[in-house]
This record gives sequence, structure tokens and C-alpha cells, in this order.
Amino acid sequence: MNRHAFHAMLVVLVAGAMLAGCKSQPEPPPPDEPDTPIVEPPPPPTPTPPPPPRTVVNEDGELVVEGKIIGRTFYFEYDQARLAQSDISVLAMHADFLREFRTHSVTIEGHCDERGTREYNLALGERRAQAVQRYLTSAGVQSSQIEMVSYGEERPADPGKTESAYSKNRRAVLIYR
Amino acid sequence: MNTPAANRARRTRGLPLATARRCRWLLALLATCVTTLAPQALEIVITEGWDDPTRIAVVPFAGPAPGEGLPDADLHEIIGFDFQRSGQFWVLPDGDMLSYPTAPDGVHYRDWRILDMDYLLIGRSWLEATGELTVVYHLFDVTSEREILSSRLSAPPEYLRDIAHRVADDVYEQITGIPGAFSTKILYVLEKAADDFELRIADSDGARARTVFRSEDPMISPTWAPDARRVAYVSFETGRSTIFIQDLETGEREAVAAFRGINGAPAFSPDGNRLAMSLSRDGNAEIYVLDLASRELERITRWPTAIETEPSWTDDGEGIIFTSDRSGRPQVYRIDLTTYLEERLTFEGDYNARARLLPGGQFLVYVHRRDGKFHIAWQDLERDHVRPLTETSLDESPSIAPNGTMMIYATQDHGRGILAVVSVDSRVRYLLPSDAGDVRDPAWSPLIDALPR
Repeated sequence: MNRHAFHAMLVVLVAGAMLAGCKSQPEPPPPDEPDTPIVEPPPPPTPTPPPPPRTVVNEDGELVVEGKIIGRTFYFEYDQARLAQSDISVLAMHADFLREFRTHSVTIEGHCDERGTREYNLALGERRAQAVQRYLTSAGVQSSQIEMVSYGEERPADPGKTESAYSKNRRAVLIYR
Repeated sequence: MNTPAANRARRTRGLPLATARRCRWLLALLATCVTTLAPQALEIVITEGWDDPTRIAVVPFAGPAPGEGLPDADLHEIIGFDFQRSGQFWVLPDGDMLSYPTAPDGVHYRDWRILDMDYLLIGRSWLEATGELTVVYHLFDVTSEREILSSRLSAPPEYLRDIAHRVADDVYEQITGIPGAFSTKILYVLEKAADDFELRIADSDGARARTVFRSEDPMISPTWAPDARRVAYVSFETGRSTIFIQDLETGEREAVAAFRGINGAPAFSPDGNRLAMSLSRDGNAEIYVLDLASRELERITRWPTAIETEPSWTDDGEGIIFTSDRSGRPQVYRIDLTTYLEERLTFEGDYNARARLLPGGQFLVYVHRRDGKFHIAWQDLERDHVRPLTETSLDESPSIAPNGTMMIYATQDHGRGILAVVSVDSRVRYLLPSDAGDVRDPAWSPLIDALPR
């Protein structure tokens, strides 16, 4: 995951604040990042209301709303690439954010457990990433905001050989860039 | 107790004993390899052989001792171990020999008949004034009391192992009628740590392992070009799967497929001019063929809802077998590259993938799931008969020796990735663990003429 760490903190906060400023609400405190923060331009006018304040993308590429990290790992059944019904509400939060802020984009990683052939798993990992992508685009996120990469079974979250380890490895991970 | 049955029993029991003895010296030999030659090699542990192997004596060759300008390896040990790991031979321990001839006039058939030998191999080597190493050998049929093969080979001394394997190849072919594949190489991936991967090539006996590419990111699916001068593989070094071709002599690498989506499963055509692969650039994984000269890319399969991957060529280069889950589960199919007609080849079970045809095209091996475990299965395409070739779990990546006799594959042993070899008649098995880390994704090279001309 270190490869994503250099995508330093993107201060969406500021963008939100600029919108909020138009409505003469108190400005949020300036970010205290040592690096120069990347200030997002205001999003194009849309009919949807501004997102809740204090929504940021942190340095690990996670979406943080009101100080709470929004889940970004979605698990799959063995041999399957169908999203779990329980993940939909979390995915909807990502969709809302990405629809609101078109300049933000995500990489969806697809992964498998080690059972099965490596190349079939490479394709199955992509199919899992596509399941997340399809949800997001059907919720109005532009496909240009989404990149997909499959690692197949090559980057397990848990190197164990148990069913519990396998279940952690069959996943798609949504990472903000 | 000198009944034929007792003799048979002795023969059968003899193999594991001899194997243990062989493995002891192999360990010593490999210890030397580690320090003098290269990164840690693969070690061979023979687990099964023929019940009634051909009995051969390989007499220590006369010649300069190792170290006198020669690699620290012994010709007759390398040759003997080649026979041993074929599983078809039982090799007489040196200490049991009654005489040690190094030239035909020293051969007394009586000495070998007493020991119940079928064949006798003797030889000698010397360094020429030019610095070349010359090896002369003679093969005798003990039963008919005839010399049936002899030859003289010369090469620079660093080719000692190559000469030894060539002798074994020639003798094997003389006795069995099948070309030997002892001179071949194995290409495989070594994972030393989660961020330390190596692509390696070792001799087929595990010796002389060398690293051809190293990366912090995984590599998968290494494969040989038919000329054995180039390899192709998938590397994740760019952050996503990319297919590279690497020249083994120059080390030069070229990314030949780095499209959006996955770039996987490279396979050289039998003429080496085309590379089949699985790409998802058009939305989902499909089979494509890249012409390596013109760089033209042709899409072969069109099944937008299914995964098509793991292509592998038929002998004549006119067809490709591949994995597809168009039926809902992965199965093996064949497509004709002229008519684009497709045919499903596997029907037993709900997971059959990464198939490879044996030379001749009648037999197929592939990864097969049975009772939740992954084995390698063997299928006779003409008689539609399927049988398991391996019995462990998580067996994958079958690759066939170019003479069609043996298959190497990846499996796990106590959670560690190891390579294993099984004969296609499943009578012979040996393991190739590595003490350097997890090894996997083996690819058996084409027949190689390693000796300089």
C-alpha cells in the first residue's frame, strides 16, 4: 500500500469550504499539512447540495467523513465477483463523494485468494474490481474517475492458508488518488 | 532366498536406499554449488520411481580431478543422478562395483552380470592442449555383451555439466528410444520475501540456478520462446500486469503488452514469431495474438461476459487451447485459428484450467478441482479419459518436458511453495524444494543444445 502513500493529503475540506463560503458559513481552519496543500477548484455547479463539511481524503487514499474512515474494502465469496448487499450503503457514500467532486478519482484494486490458477485469478480479480466500478458508474460516477488494477492472488492481505485468511484476500479495495 | 520373487523384492527395496544415498551426496554437491556457482539451487528429493527400473552402472570416469581448471563437479555423478531422477533407472552405488573400467578393454561382463546390471556406462576425460575438456564414453548392453553406443565430446571446461547431461541424454535415448531431456532448463519464480521476487533459471537437475530478473513486485507466468534464447513473463513492476520479453543473452527487456486492464498469460507460438496472451483492453479478458515482427494484434475470442485466458498453442501453431468460464465455470476450450471454430475439451468437474497439450496433441494436462482440492489432471482427448496425475492440494502451473515424459508443476509443502515433477505415466515423482523461499510457476525449456559448436 505504500505506493499510494505519496498521493499526499488532498484537502477536499478546502473545496467544501469554498462552497460553504458562498453561503457565508464560518470558514474551517486551514489545513496544517507541512506540504503545500493541493487546493481543489470549486466543482462545477450541480443541483445536488454540497457534501457534509469535514470530508477529506487522507494520505492513505481513504475517504474520511466527520473524522470517520469510510470503509473501502469489499469482500467476495469464493469463486464469485458479486457485491455483498451489505456493502451497498458504504459504496453509495463513495459514489456521492465522487459524483460531487469530479476532479477526484479512485483506483479499484481487485484481489483473489490463492486457490485456482494465477492467470484465471488475475482475470477474476479484475472482475471483482469491475463489480465495484459498475456500481459507481451506475450511481453517476464518471468512468474517467475510475482506474482498475487486478493483482490476482499476488498481493494477499493475509498470507495464511486458512479459510479466514482466504476470506480476507478475496476483495476489492477502493483507493483515492 | 534366491527366488526370482526375492530378487524382485530386493530390486524394489533397493531404490529408496540408493535414493537416500544419492541425496546425501547431492546435498554435499549442492552445498558446493551454493558457494561456488550461484544463488541457492533447487534440491531434488525422489519420492517414487518405477517398481522394476532398468539397472545401470555408471563407473567413475577417469580424468583430471575437480579443481584442476575444472568445475567442482563429477561427470559420473551428474550422469548417474540424471538416470536416477528419471525414475526409470536404478543406478549401482560406486562402492558395490567389482571393477572400475575406464576403457572397453577393461570391461569384464561377468563383473556386471553378477550384479544383475542391464547396462554399463564407462568413460574418461582429459584436458586438451587447447584448454578444452574432452569426454569419451562407451555404453554396453550387459545381457548381449555388446557395446551399443560410444561418443567423444569436447567443450571448454566450464561446460562440464552440459557435457554430462548430453551423455545422459544420448544414453537415455539409446536405451529407451525417447530423446533425453536432461540438458533442459527450468524457468521459475522465487519469492524470497513479500517484496523480493526473482525470475530464475536452473538446470533440470536443480543445479546452476541463476537470477535473470529481480523485482520488488511479483512476476507470474514465465514461459520460454521455442529457441530458448528469450523468455516472456508478466511483471507487476509498473503497478499493473505487463508482459515483458527478455533476451537471455543480453538481458534486454521489452514491454510488449502494457494495455489498459490486465496483460497476462503469454505463450510463444511454436515458430516463435507470435505471442498469444490474455488482455482485457476491450473490457474483459479475451485471447489475443501479437505478431512480434509487425506488432499487429489480433483478437481471437469474443465472449464479452466471460474470462478467456491461459492460451497455449497446438504443435502445428494452427490452434490455441485456453481457459474460459463462458459456461459459468472455468473449462478448457480449443479454437482453430483459421476457422475460429471453438470446441470445449473438458467436462468433468467445475474447475479445469491452464491446460497444456503434450507433444503430439493427444493428451492434455490441466489444473482440476476435485473435492475442493486442486490437482493436475491428465486427459486422453481421443478416448475422453481423465485421471489425476497429482494428489496433493493447490497443485498448479503444469509444464511438460519437451520429450513428453515428465511434467513439472507448482505445489505446496507445509505452506511453502515448492516445485515437483511427475512422469506422465505417474510412476515417478520427485520434489524440487528451494531453501531460498517459495518457488512456483515452473516452465520446462525446449530441448537445448547447450554445447558450443
